[in-house]
Amino acid sequence: MSWKRRSAFFAVMLVSLMLILAGCGGSKTASAPKSPADSPASEEKIKVAFVYVGPVGDAGWTTSHDNGRKYLVEKMPNVETTIVENVPEGADAERVITQLAEKGNKIIFTTSYGYMDPTINVAAKYPEVVFMHNSGFKTAKNVGTYFGRIYQARYLSGIVAGKTTKSNTIGYVAAHPIPEVIRGINAFTLGVQSVNPNAKVKVIWTNTWYDPAAEKEAGNTLLAAGADVLAQHQDTPGPMQAAEQQGKFGIGYNTDMSKMAPKAVLTSAIWNWGPYYVKTVEAVKNKTWTNEQYWGGLSDGIVDLAPFGPMVDEGTKSLVAEAKQKILSKKWDVFTGPIKDQTGAVKVAEGQKMTDAEMLSFNWFVAGVDGTIPKN
Amino acid sequence: MSGLEFLIPLLAAAITAGTPILFAALGELITERAGITNLGVEGIMLVGAVAGFMAAVATGSPWLGLLAAMLAGGGMAFIHAILTITLRANQVVSGLSLVIFGTGLSGYLGKNYVGIPVPQSFTPVPLGPLADIPFLGPIFFKHDILVYLSFVLVIILFFYLYRTRPGLNLRALGENPAAVDALGLNVFALKYIYVVIGGMLSGIGGAYLSLAYAPSWLENMTAGRGWIAVALVIFALWNPVRAMLGAYLFGGIDSLGFRLQVVGVGISPFILDMLPYLFTVLVLVFVVARHKGRLTAPGALGLPYDREER
Repeated sequence: MSWKRRSAFFAVMLVSLMLILAGCGGSKTASAPKSPADSPASEEKIKVAFVYVGPVGDAGWTTSHDNGRKYLVEKMPNVETTIVENVPEGADAERVITQLAEKGNKIIFTTSYGYMDPTINVAAKYPEVVFMHNSGFKTAKNVGTYFGRIYQARYLSGIVAGKTTKSNTIGYVAAHPIPEVIRGINAFTLGVQSVNPNAKVKVIWTNTWYDPAAEKEAGNTLLAAGADVLAQHQDTPGPMQAAEQQGKFGIGYNTDMSKMAPKAVLTSAIWNWGPYYVKTVEAVKNKTWTNEQYWGGLSDGIVDLAPFGPMVDEGTKSLVAEAKQKILSKKWDVFTGPIKDQTGAVKVAEGQKMTDAEMLSFNWFVAGVDGTIPKN
Repeated sequence: MSGLEFLIPLLAAAITAGTPILFAALGELITERAGITNLGVEGIMLVGAVAGFMAAVATGSPWLGLLAAMLAGGGMAFIHAILTITLRANQVVSGLSLVIFGTGLSGYLGKNYVGIPVPQSFTPVPLGPLADIPFLGPIFFKHDILVYLSFVLVIILFFYLYRTRPGLNLRALGENPAAVDALGLNVFALKYIYVVIGGMLSGIGGAYLSLAYAPSWLENMTAGRGWIAVALVIFALWNPVRAMLGAYLFGGIDSLGFRLQVVGVGISPFILDMLPYLFTVLVLVFVVARHKGRLTAPGALGLPYDREER
């Protein structure tokens, strides 16, 4: 081998080594080291993967999913989980999901709306892998969807806000004008108005899911405009910090945000994915899994209210408990008529319930919301 | 709501929102004046933010947090200096890898610091009688101490650059390092010093977010402000006073959008988000047209310096 050819050979080796190393990076396997002694053949490890849109340390959306993952590992020790953080929605996601399927994961949870098409595309190539897409609407033979009726928790938190406000102006820091966020604002406002018909909910769109400083600034703006309670549909506690600093109150979202703003946070509307992850993995293990479109509510515990702050009085707590019972009874739900829109026109007649399809395509505000839905 | 009632809080908010960008932009400005492009500002800010937060939690003192942020930012920039000055690596590539490195490193270091409050943060301190000046007082003199520090820094930097001999040497370093070399000054040492100082300022910019603006640590909490700082240096045409104005303009855009929504004026947030970059392009077009096609960037910006190639 001539010198030139030999160096070319080494260069190729070096590049492939780097590629292999690069391939190893990017995902983390989180489980106890495998040892053949303590895992008998009958208790084969089940490999489960999670694709996250944000960092696990966002104290919001992704943290809530990662808490669910930790719960799963705790309840089912023979599960081995892999996570990939900060995966952009779109083409990159497809590459990451393919890699996870290729690595022998049996169940892959993709935890953001924008992973919908990538999940469907990859699933078609790996029919023996189960894919669960969070918050979307497309299914396939091996793709199910799952989401929670967080609007029920938001309604309950609205009761707390309605009882707490003195200025009758409640601020709501909202991310993007999509049906999911609009539904949350509407449910919250109905909760507020059920105990305080004079209170208004003022909305600001931030056009971001994740920017702590901008979200805090939006909160400050609402407080300056007279709000004394802030609610949020954002993935960081920015608005809660604004309330804390100005001695006002707040309603957190995603996870219990009281640690970040102990004097301000009345309660938080929270996600509790853990039990559902256990249920799904068990169903796959027992071969009872179907490609369902799961949309669970308070009754399944997948959404809930975080513990109340010390400033919430007993009267308010019992009003919340009462409303919760009403929802749990299944005879009544948040979007049961009569419901008026901002112009005062009746959109849902007395006694009528909005269907899931109607709720999933919400594009109007209920009466009591002070804000507009931008049309791009 | 009267005009003043709208304007005063808006401008005050613009200053707060602009301050982290201003620190980072001043850092980048010094770096680029020394002839080095450092695109790693976003990563340096993140490392500064997490280091400052960790130190403030450990010691209870935001000032020690600030010191830690400066050291961490300076350390990040030192890596860039070794790569680009001594090893003469491509500055763009080195800067971009610094962003990726800083994002990962800060996330790793901050794992156990997410969602905990900091014992003491920088809070607003009205500046005595200055705060009582009508109109100007509530806009400029009711902030935290770091904002006042940034005012002073802009003035010092302006005089340093345009009124002192070392400042002249700094400008020459970016225009024509060979001339500085001919003066008998150590080009390499000077470049190292200015790149590291630039990193320290970017670190302060990050710490402003984690210790003053939104006191907490959250992964990726800079949310693109490092990139805005880089665009801002070009917008400012490498002049610290213009950088200050630009920082408040860029920082104030979010606040303006929120306030317009509250008073019921609908304007697409996409257009607002576009504005900083649109302004930068407009300034460039304007400058290029006025200076007959010549941008006023430091002449030797981005070029590695090699004594033997003089």
